[in-house]
Amino acid sequence: MSVLLQRYGWALTSIIVGLTVLWVVVLVVLPQITMIDYSLRPNLPLPERDGPNDVLTLANYTTLAGNEIHRTIFVKTIWASALVTFLTFLVCYPIAYHLAQVATGPRAALLVLLLIIPFWINEILRTFAWWIILAYSGPLNQALMALGFIDEPIRYLSGNSGVIIGMVYAYILFMVFPLYNAMESLDRNQIEAARDLGAPVWRIHWRIVAPHAKPGIATGCIMTFMLAAGSYAVPALLGSPGSRWFTEIIYNWFFEGGNWNQGAAYAFILLILCIVFIFAMMRIFRVGLGDIAK
Amino acid sequence: MSAQRIADVFTRAYLGVFFLYLFLPLIVMGVATFNSSRFPTVTPWQETTLKWFSALAADNQMWNALWTSFAVGVGVIVVAVPIGVAAALFLSDLQTRAKPFIYGVMVSPLLTPGVIIGISTLIFWRPYGITGGYLLMVLAQSSFIAAYVMLMVMARMQRFDRTLEEAALDLGATHLQAFRRVTLPFLRPSMLAACLIAFLQSFENYNTTIFVRGIDTTLTVYIASKVRTGVTPAVNALGLILISVTILAAIVYEIRRRRELAATAAAAARARADEKAEIAAAVPAAA
Repeated sequence: MSVLLQRYGWALTSIIVGLTVLWVVVLVVLPQITMIDYSLRPNLPLPERDGPNDVLTLANYTTLAGNEIHRTIFVKTIWASALVTFLTFLVCYPIAYHLAQVATGPRAALLVLLLIIPFWINEILRTFAWWIILAYSGPLNQALMALGFIDEPIRYLSGNSGVIIGMVYAYILFMVFPLYNAMESLDRNQIEAARDLGAPVWRIHWRIVAPHAKPGIATGCIMTFMLAAGSYAVPALLGSPGSRWFTEIIYNWFFEGGNWNQGAAYAFILLILCIVFIFAMMRIFRVGLGDIAK
Repeated sequence: MSAQRIADVFTRAYLGVFFLYLFLPLIVMGVATFNSSRFPTVTPWQETTLKWFSALAADNQMWNALWTSFAVGVGVIVVAVPIGVAAALFLSDLQTRAKPFIYGVMVSPLLTPGVIIGISTLIFWRPYGITGGYLLMVLAQSSFIAAYVMLMVMARMQRFDRTLEEAALDLGATHLQAFRRVTLPFLRPSMLAACLIAFLQSFENYNTTIFVRGIDTTLTVYIASKVRTGVTPAVNALGLILISVTILAAIVYEIRRRRELAATAAAAARARADEKAEIAAAVPAAA
């Protein structure tokens, strides 16, 4: 604080501190705390709020355990998000490696630009594009039938497959860039040395590139999982009533069930899921929070 | 050597497939604009037409939604950029053991699912009589977009030569003058980039917006509701226009970047030459 004062004087320091505190307290921390508080209270009509019935309870949390449909959707959301994360990683790893270690100069810059362009376009529009492609009589089914791979069209949009395909596409960038950043700092000589000593390609990646890229892998997986588990846009467009996502249940508590307390509890469960995933990744890849939030 | 060759061919093929995968959906969406089918698709192809552009132009709801998105984006710039800059300055000068924790809290909105940011904002403001609408959209989006701004400004701040500020103060500038004439001009490029990112992030936001929009409709909300309730290729026309603008912007950006790169390279070469001349001049004096 004294450094700030010395540098910027009273007036500016109070503006800087004021804005920062306003942001952290009023826009970030207090809303979260209010949400948790909300989730621990029963849904009461207005006159009864703060009355004798307004007690702390875990009832909103036990709803999830008791409701089989919601539980199934919650579990589905977890494994599907994990699958999305894994597939996105598989798709992105070779690209990130190529950008970081193989491509050089203007060519690398051009590839990075090509990679970014689709992501300047709305997530909704990108998802809409997949909606066209995956439609029952859409181009993908037509092409697969013309090539003789399938005999009749597949209904991608009435199961989970459409949502998973759409999500892998939507979150590529959030996986590629952490991987790329981590791989870029790897000394190329290490790869050369391993190659000269006769290591096959897979072993170079397993023993040298991947270990070096661990913080990037962890960050990419965390971002992708969080985005997938928390996505409302992709399941809303590419899913069907039969393949709902946990966020859609949360939305329904708010705007169809009219039970905000219940919705807040489900939202907090989603948040806890993401936090658990973050810690799991940190454990698996043995990286600290500082490596991730860079 | 042949193993290397196989790997090269494989990499090339993978790159090709990957970028095809990246762009094909956008191409399909764009091409579907010109199909006269009432339902956006490329199969079957009915008739080539431009009618969906005029349908788009006549879609007043779409124009209203576009206007709302634009207004929210500007609101987010106004709120999130000053906050992000202030937080970056605050954090750059913070010297306490709690710094990693404070930093963690500040970047936490980036690791929080967007729906939760929307929900918590909606719940927090309800007792104060502020319900979903323009103000809440701006506040909810700003709460995480400010973190992006902070990271961008902090990255630039790390390269800032603090002695410049001290020099200004020593030479009698007031704190305000030093800030306005020395610090701000240095941060300006990162602030402009932050404004652009803030606007784009706001413009494309859906997950947070859907909870705090009230009865307002942004462009993303409008497109999503159209897809669910009966979409026509007019939305494709809109997508095609947005894609074209984006690609144009990317080309302009790339050209500018290359020019700047060339300019800095030239400047660096000049500086190196000057340095050599100085050293050359200094050597005989030392001898």
